[in-house]
Amino acid sequence: MSLDRETETPSLLSRFLRLRRGPWENLATVIIAVGVFMLMQPFALSLFTYSFVTILTGTVMFIIVSHFPE
Amino acid sequence: MAESTTRGIEKVAERAARATPPGMARRFSGLSDKAVAWLFIGPTLVLLLAINIFPLIWTVYLSFTNYKANRAARGYEFIGLRNYERVLTDSDIWQTLQVTAHFLIWTMTLQVILGFALAWLINKQFKGHGFWTTIILLPMMLSPAVVGNFWTFLYQPQIGLFNYVIAFFGGIEPSSFQMLGDVNLAPWAIVIVDTWMWTPYIMLICLAGLRSIPDYIYEAAEVDRASKWRQFWSITLPMVLPFLMLAVLFRVIENFKMFDLVVELTSGGPGSITELASINLKREAFEKWRTGYSSAFAIILFVTVFGVANIYVKALNKVKQR
Repeated sequence: MSLDRETETPSLLSRFLRLRRGPWENLATVIIAVGVFMLMQPFALSLFTYSFVTILTGTVMFIIVSHFPE
Repeated sequence: MAESTTRGIEKVAERAARATPPGMARRFSGLSDKAVAWLFIGPTLVLLLAINIFPLIWTVYLSFTNYKANRAARGYEFIGLRNYERVLTDSDIWQTLQVTAHFLIWTMTLQVILGFALAWLINKQFKGHGFWTTIILLPMMLSPAVVGNFWTFLYQPQIGLFNYVIAFFGGIEPSSFQMLGDVNLAPWAIVIVDTWMWTPYIMLICLAGLRSIPDYIYEAAEVDRASKWRQFWSITLPMVLPFLMLAVLFRVIENFKMFDLVVELTSGGPGSITELASINLKREAFEKWRTGYSSAFAIILFVTVFGVANIYVKALNKVKQR
């Protein structure tokens, strides 16, 4: 029973709440990638308008979470 | 022999000590090693701060003002985020970023495919491979201004060699198309020149990656009867990937800032079909003199490159850990 609990994969939310570097860095990376896509896409001007805020959020987040423990 | 060398060094040290002015010797004698180290690197640090950090901070500051460099005496006002708002709702800027995206995607795709293929061929170590490596590396050693200039001649519809080669293989009139003057062809003209110039760079880094793979891995794979295709996907590609990613990172950052080569070839024309972000930035800053506005645009480009570099460094570390 206890072994099961130890080997159980933690849920996505609990992985984020533990403030570990891996998942948070992945999230920041996704935000930056989405921001870059928004900046250079040819589909909607409104996406371009909000691209910088998205990239900036991702970049600042990346700098902060890269100091979290592994 | 060793004794005489030691004596010689001692003599030199004594002479240096005698030559040091007593004032200076007194000043340094009380300092710790750390303080002396700081004393030596201090001027370099100050220079770095003055050349790299200060302009960046100053640009950030200017991006919040309506400063115009050609009317510096008029003064300026703090206008908050209005410059950022204007840049990010400007359809011309949006257009230049789409042009940059087209340029980036195609140059990187072609350069990675051709660079890797060339490295693969050169790594076969055929007779005269050293000579061919040198020949292939030549374009990379040229100045972008020189490359831009002679490709302008190559693209000439009347006398250009490029048009004649296309005409020879395509069976059309050499003067029936203009690579630099046609709105449909000009974006491809700059992609071709950048690919010609920078494929050798990707090739060189891939070649370093290929040469770093020990032969015994392939020998073990052959013992296990792995096919050439399997060896490529399971050994070659994973081991070259960190090198390739590093090369791509450098080229993406460089091409995002591409200016000189394209200015020399098309100056952003015809119309604004090849106007990359950096060319537009230069026009806003030094032709329209909208310094505050262009500073905001420059900061947006800087943050984008910084963000992309972060993703790449993370990906690179992941690949290295495998």
